[in-house]
Amino acid sequence: MKTLRFLLEKEFRQLLRNRQLMRTLLLAPLIQLILLPTAADYSVKDIGIAVTDNDHSTTSRRLIEKIVSSGYFRLIGYTDGYPQALKMVEQDKADLALQIPIHLERDLVRENQKQVFVSINAIEGTKANLGGAYLRSIVSDFDDEIRLQWNVAQSDAPTVSVASSNWYNPYLKFPLYMVPAILVTLVTAMVAMQSAFNIVQEKESGTIEQINVTPIRKHIFIIGKMIPFLVLGIVLFTMGLLVGWALYGVRPVGSLLTLYGSLVIYLLSMLGLGLLLATYSGTQQQAMSLSFFFINIFNMMSGVFTAVDSMPGWAQAIVASFPPSHFIRIMRMVVLKGSGIGDIKYELAWMVGIGAILNIWAVLNYRKTA
Amino acid sequence: METVITTDKLTKRFGSFVAASELSFEVHRGEIFGFLGANGAGKTTAMRMLCGLLTPSSGKARIAGFDIYHETEKIKRNIGYMSQKFSLYDDLTVSENIRFYAGIYGMSIPAIKQKTKELLEELQLVNEAKTLVRELPLGWKQKLAFSVSIVHDPEIVFLDEPTGGVDPVTRRQFWDLIYAAADKGVTIFVTTHYMDEAEYCNRVSIMVDGVIAALDSPAGLKHQYGNQSMEDVFYELARKAKRGE
Repeated sequence: MKTLRFLLEKEFRQLLRNRQLMRTLLLAPLIQLILLPTAADYSVKDIGIAVTDNDHSTTSRRLIEKIVSSGYFRLIGYTDGYPQALKMVEQDKADLALQIPIHLERDLVRENQKQVFVSINAIEGTKANLGGAYLRSIVSDFDDEIRLQWNVAQSDAPTVSVASSNWYNPYLKFPLYMVPAILVTLVTAMVAMQSAFNIVQEKESGTIEQINVTPIRKHIFIIGKMIPFLVLGIVLFTMGLLVGWALYGVRPVGSLLTLYGSLVIYLLSMLGLGLLLATYSGTQQQAMSLSFFFINIFNMMSGVFTAVDSMPGWAQAIVASFPPSHFIRIMRMVVLKGSGIGDIKYELAWMVGIGAILNIWAVLNYRKTA
Repeated sequence: METVITTDKLTKRFGSFVAASELSFEVHRGEIFGFLGANGAGKTTAMRMLCGLLTPSSGKARIAGFDIYHETEKIKRNIGYMSQKFSLYDDLTVSENIRFYAGIYGMSIPAIKQKTKELLEELQLVNEAKTLVRELPLGWKQKLAFSVSIVHDPEIVFLDEPTGGVDPVTRRQFWDLIYAAADKGVTIFVTTHYMDEAEYCNRVSIMVDGVIAALDSPAGLKHQYGNQSMEDVFYELARKAKRGE
């Protein structure tokens, strides 16, 4: 225990003396929390649309006007032939091509139905999906409108409409959803990567050799490496929480004790990963590529941007082994909903289990002798 | 004479490659034992086994009275080691390095303070106590690294090419430190490529291709091989080496 004191003293001295690390530590939460929640927004706007109007009627003009005035679409071209409109999609100028057939107005009046044709550039999946959906809803809205005008009697027909209300995030404010998740990615990158780098750096410089000829016990050495990064993670998290509050008014609804308790469990599991990566890397470059691999997958798959629930079953099974996916859920539940320990016990159990495996593996794989 | 290192057919294999083959020798207390050999002869492998950094493939050895297989942690309490690679923390100051290493060997705070003061005076680094080690010239660093490796008063200190790249004047000062430590009863086990340094040793062994080819005092070796200098003795033996670097 006495040796631990000297180890910690040394680690903290080195960390605090590492100007570059301290600078990143201060700036990273600020920059990420300013950029991501505001810029990486789910809602799609400014969809380019090319319209081919073969009808040239009042009805077709009203439809186009309705689409453009919805705020989601920007009229890129108004062409006479469908090939020109499609060309615009091919040239990436437009995302959608809408074809209004000849006799739209006449047929609507006569036959009570008519189809419009939409081509969607599906390279940007989200944009295409949402753009198509927006357009469909605008067209069906429009359909209702003209029917209402022409045939008042039909409005007596019973209709079912859905009224929804959004709980926990009533205005669907994107930052409210993103800030908790970004906080997680922030501490993940910092803690897992930096702890791995730190140990590998001692391997590279040769100081670990010197440590290995001392009677230091390996678990003491590992604890001495973990505690500073645990503290670092908690400081970083707190700073991020404060920035999120100052910038977006995101304040945890749930108890801070639950939040910080989960954070410590999470950090311990990620430190286990950092240590494990360090035992498998001889150079900082190797540690960098290894951790980059994991962090990338974590960020893409743990539900920061895309919902884990909508992934295929096998993918969900893989994601369940990622500690960040559980902590992101906990964060959103505690911060937005005010969930208590009882609500997050499943996630906590997962993190404890994975953390235990990673740490035991790391300790077994760390050797003082070759 | 009391022996502090005894090895009996100590061997290390890496796959089919025998890095160190059946090493058998004894080192006495307070002796300066030179461990010579060309690059790749197996010196570092042998030394790493003796320090408990590498598990031997076969053979026996006792270091400071402890078994090399089962009592490595006890061995570690009683030895010091200075590796080929620089082993102090660059981003800590001179006195912080001393404090750290003394601390992990379990010295008390007052003892550490006393020791730090002594060392700084001995190394004439009193004014540099608060200087980051990174900013010291190489020779000073090496002298400091040596002093730190014996900060806990070990029975034996292993030095792996401690003076590589150091200027002749500083090398001389470094050897003064070694003599001072030996006078206090510390056994010195040192590898070197400098033959003038070999002359400073009480006894010298020369490794060739993983085997100890010769072992005697510098005078005895020169007599045995009929050469004027250790340089010539080394040439004559090392020339027979079959394995390259």
